[in-house]
Amino acid sequence: MKRDIVIIGGGPAGLAAAVAAYDAGCKNVLVVERESEVGGVLKQCIHNGFGLTRFKENLTGPEYAHKFIEEAEKRGIEMLKDTFVTELTADKKVTCMNQSGIFTVEAKAVILAMGCRERSKGALNIAGTRPAGLFSAGTAQKYVNVKGMLPGKRVVILGSGDIGLIMARRLTLEGAKVLCVSEIMPYSSGLRRNIAQCLNDFGIPLYLEHTVAEIEGEGRVSGVTLVKVDENKRPIAGTEKHFDCDTVLFSVGLIPENELTERAGVALDPRTKGAVVDGDRQTQTEGVFACGNVLHVHDLVDFVSEEAEIAGRAAAEYALQGGRAHAYISAENGENVTYVLPQRVDKNKNAPQKLFFRVRKAFRNAVVTVDTGARRKTVKKIAVAPGEMESVALSAEEIGGAEYVKIAVTGGDR
Amino acid sequence: MKYDVAIIGGGVIGALTARELARYALSVVVLEGAADVAAGASKANSGIVHAGFDAAEGSLKARYNVAGSRMMATVCEELGVGYENNGSLVLAFDEAQIGILETLLARGRANGVRDLRIIGREELFLREKHASGRAVAALYAPTGGIVCPFELTIAAMGNAMDNGVLLLTDFEVVRAENGKTVTLHAADGRAVSAGYVVNCAGAGAEKIARLFGDDSFTVGARKGEYILLDSAAKGFVKSTIFSVPTAAGKGVLVTPTADGNILIGPTSVEEPDFSTAIRRGAFGEIIEKARAICDGIPFGETITSFAGVRAYCDRHDFIVEESRKAENLFNTAGIESPGLTSAPAIGKAVAEKIAARFGAEKKKDFNPKRRAFSWFRKLGAAEKNAVIAEDPAYGKIVCRCESVTLGEIVNAIRQNPPARTLDGVKLRTRAGMGRCQSGFCQPATLETIAKEYGLSLGEVTKNGKNSAIVSGGAI
Repeated sequence: MKRDIVIIGGGPAGLAAAVAAYDAGCKNVLVVERESEVGGVLKQCIHNGFGLTRFKENLTGPEYAHKFIEEAEKRGIEMLKDTFVTELTADKKVTCMNQSGIFTVEAKAVILAMGCRERSKGALNIAGTRPAGLFSAGTAQKYVNVKGMLPGKRVVILGSGDIGLIMARRLTLEGAKVLCVSEIMPYSSGLRRNIAQCLNDFGIPLYLEHTVAEIEGEGRVSGVTLVKVDENKRPIAGTEKHFDCDTVLFSVGLIPENELTERAGVALDPRTKGAVVDGDRQTQTEGVFACGNVLHVHDLVDFVSEEAEIAGRAAAEYALQGGRAHAYISAENGENVTYVLPQRVDKNKNAPQKLFFRVRKAFRNAVVTVDTGARRKTVKKIAVAPGEMESVALSAEEIGGAEYVKIAVTGGDR
Repeated sequence: MKYDVAIIGGGVIGALTARELARYALSVVVLEGAADVAAGASKANSGIVHAGFDAAEGSLKARYNVAGSRMMATVCEELGVGYENNGSLVLAFDEAQIGILETLLARGRANGVRDLRIIGREELFLREKHASGRAVAALYAPTGGIVCPFELTIAAMGNAMDNGVLLLTDFEVVRAENGKTVTLHAADGRAVSAGYVVNCAGAGAEKIARLFGDDSFTVGARKGEYILLDSAAKGFVKSTIFSVPTAAGKGVLVTPTADGNILIGPTSVEEPDFSTAIRRGAFGEIIEKARAICDGIPFGETITSFAGVRAYCDRHDFIVEESRKAENLFNTAGIESPGLTSAPAIGKAVAEKIAARFGAEKKKDFNPKRRAFSWFRKLGAAEKNAVIAEDPAYGKIVCRCESVTLGEIVNAIRQNPPARTLDGVKLRTRAGMGRCQSGFCQPATLETIAKEYGLSLGEVTKNGKNSAIVSGGAI
């Protein structure tokens, strides 16, 4: 089997990339999806708030996904569902497995769009027992929204990631008692609007700088003890809070799923845990592109779609016309910045470029400094937070004169 | 129905005893108190096949350790269980510890351990580049190995069942009537009669013996806590790395597992309540002790942590004998480390004694073989395609981290001993054991169990009683 482009993953990134590649003239596109339906995690995100940026509409997750599924179907884009990619090679051979067997597709270009997974409770070294009733927040979301089952009745949520916040509201609406949300950092990693709409509106307490000391229960979980931590994240004796509960949710971070990427030898960035890419979202392996949460974890799907379209158009160009010569400069972290993406900026592209970044801590009245070696410009932001991805735009001219790009965030008050 | 032999306990000792007894023309029942076999120490230990240099010369531990270690490769091959003869290293950090290595060397040779020798720094670091740079010498045991302890237990029980043994789970023996025959009563009212009883109850062995009026030993427990690293850390060490043993045990070790993870632990704490709760200070202790024997351990790859309790008895050696006080009872108790290694030899010895007592002949149709858990995973693409053509469920991946298919999960539920719980499926197939720790596959696995047993989702448990996965009811 041969295809111009194989897209691994039919979630929001894969779908948008497929449509964009098709519209850029590359019609021989295959989307490989491991689940029975495309749409990715949006299928279980039945809350609203999707599409505000892109469509100026307030959509649910399935509605947002549906817009892209319709576009893909309208174009007759080939989608193989219930199909799992078992292997990817650097020369763009994609080995798949489904109920009709194992087969290999040779592609001119590959787009990685596998998304991310939740960081598991197991990674957290939590004392106590290992009873039933411990869920990652997304798994609980699937039980509630897809399977129609309530995981439990008295719930403590550990970690204030967006899925945890959304689930605090969701479980409350379904009749469970959410006792609290606990966060080890001095700030939430979730969107500010989710703190307001999912916790504050329902009177659910958020305990910042708290961690879990111990999980109790034989069979099913029966309680959890939280403890306050000092600035070095060490528990402070005597600050324990105990909760009787039958369910504990973990919303402690998302990790791009790059096992295939790694095995294919594609270079990864330890900062994003995704591939190192240029402005086209091309990885350091020629003809392999990446977009969406497999590249870096986004907080808004609107930006996933935008990024996927960049990758889709660039992959189409690569598949139809072959590779171009590049003149890369690097994009680097400055003060208070945890990563910048893309990590490599192509001066040959001769086009304006948006650089995305995340900050280390929250600031009000922040000053973003972009240093290109040749010049320095500053942009003011009213508020920035680690839970919200930021961006700055550089003109083709600014990139043309640059020796490197370094983004720093300073000033303001915390 | 009356059985010739009832085995109480479905841990590794009970399972391998059942399998050895299945070779004879005897009717055998295994009574397991939990929802599945391998529910206690057999699912939470280091998975080491010890060479045999630790146990005191002349002890039962020494005898069964060396004998079991020599049987292990064959038993695992027959049962299709993951086993690797990876060798082990005991590190010494000063002259005094080299002295201890010499003692271990002499003891090991006296116990009949083959090919033991002390190696210097050069060979040590050629073998293990992450062994602590401060190590000055090591005892190298080429016969040391690793085995998946729960796979061994489940496979041995499955093979016993395939050869006619009956397994009753959730059968917690609470009363024994010992007359001409023995009647064993379960907490739920069920009863089973047998001519002879083998006590393989592990942590519960003292309790079972006392039901028969046998108070000739007591059982205590030591808790061992572990950290498990993802298979991404595979290759960090190839051998099992020990520090020199102390009175409290063999100390924290760093080892590959038969499944390709890296296992670090155990601690050793007296645990009068037999609780498997991890202590708050355990992680710091494990990490500190592990860093004393290995450099650069990738703790960032941690995927889970767990604890197991190891039963020991007041005689400080294994008990493998006819009860000193009660008729019709055979005790195996205090099977602490090296119990896993010893299990094949203990099972064989117990079965031979019981067969002699009954004058039982060997069955001609005993089949020692069982298809490996990993049979599908190990096939080539063409062979996999043939299996998928026959049963398309083998083409559907459910657990993406460990690449486990729907076909393998259904097979784990249908073959002996059938998985009834989420943990049961996990231990048999590895579904849920990977880096996402079941985040993605749990709902699909739950649905498969529910469908196979005709249950609702809310009725499927993690590991039996009071452990429903989703307990809040339908929405």
